[in-house]
Amino acid sequence: METENLIPVQQIVTHHKIEISFINSLYDFGLIEITTIEETRYVLKEQMSEIEKMIRLHYELDINLEGVETISHLLKRVEIMQDEMTILKNRLLIYESE
Amino acid sequence: MDFIDYYKILEIEKTASEPDIKKAYRRLARKLHPDLNPNDDAAKRKFQQINEANEVLSDPEKRKKYDKYGKDWKHADQFEQAGQQGTESKNYGGQQNYSSGFEGEDYSDFFESVFGRGAGGRSGSSNAKFRGQDFRSELKLELKDVYKDHQQTLNVNGKNIRLTIPAGVENGQTIKIGGHGAEGMNGGPKGDLYITFSIANHTTFKREGSSLYAQVDLDLYTAVLGGDVTVETFDGKVKLAIKPGTQSDVKVKLKGKGFPVYKKTNEFGDLIITWKVKVPTVLNEKEKELFEELAKLSKHGN
Repeated sequence: METENLIPVQQIVTHHKIEISFINSLYDFGLIEITTIEETRYVLKEQMSEIEKMIRLHYELDINLEGVETISHLLKRVEIMQDEMTILKNRLLIYESE
Repeated sequence: MDFIDYYKILEIEKTASEPDIKKAYRRLARKLHPDLNPNDDAAKRKFQQINEANEVLSDPEKRKKYDKYGKDWKHADQFEQAGQQGTESKNYGGQQNYSSGFEGEDYSDFFESVFGRGAGGRSGSSNAKFRGQDFRSELKLELKDVYKDHQQTLNVNGKNIRLTIPAGVENGQTIKIGGHGAEGMNGGPKGDLYITFSIANHTTFKREGSSLYAQVDLDLYTAVLGGDVTVETFDGKVKLAIKPGTQSDVKVKLKGKGFPVYKKTNEFGDLIITWKVKVPTVLNEKEKELFEELAKLSKHGN
């Protein structure tokens, strides 16, 4: 199987100097997907910015995993709401200066 | 360049102890960290300020220098040279601040004046980045630019990137250009480039998604008697038949004459025209007579 768009979990752990249990917990919490190919575990490249954000929340801001999970859900909602706000702002422009 | 009160930024007293500073910084970092405030430039600026304040106040040497010369920062170097003849250590590194995961963690001019360029202690962080950082950029375009696919060359950190922006992109929309962020470390993947579009509209049309709206004046006679009117659309003129007795604020929809639908080739929204019947405000004697006659006829008719 193609591993071009995958990053080995071990590599993330080494580079960020974090415990593998953290990545396992993110998976257990359903926050990331892990693909196993020939006994090597990988995450999708496109998930990396999210994973790095969770690493920062946990290791730099001392937020526990439950907190990271809650924040991740809330940030997704914020993102949806920001998109909606952009649409509504654009709609409002129609009525301005009328 | 103004004096920056780092104590005020961290909301602490000048007598604050090291644990107080750490506590204050952590509290504010949790509130203002860019990861927790997406797309909030004000929070990002404040986060940079608290990082800078922490950089200075949590380092005893820097804090001492700041407390000593803070308000006279413009003369700090002269004071240093005169008083210590270069005995001060230039090694300010080792202080660990929180990273934001974003570009642009610059120090203020004030900071660099007092401590010099490159005095920030964030390099060599224990959190070595594997994937390159994401870049964020805003691109200002005119509405007419995004009516068709638009070619644009962007300069991102010294590199030219040629982009084709699909027609119909929205004001405020952000698109991701994969792999055009910062280089990864140790062979890791590059970060991504996020471009947010700011689209100014200097046309007479209002836009909502792929719908365009326009108000068109209609003279009284054409509104009453009907006729043909030529109206502007975004890509040319069209002739429209006006029904006799057309009222003001009546809308007509011109299918497919609106804005392109994003990423759907040759698909267009509608143009909605609102007629604005204009009543003559200046009448000559003859016109006035005729309107009076009409008025009488109308009364008899009723």
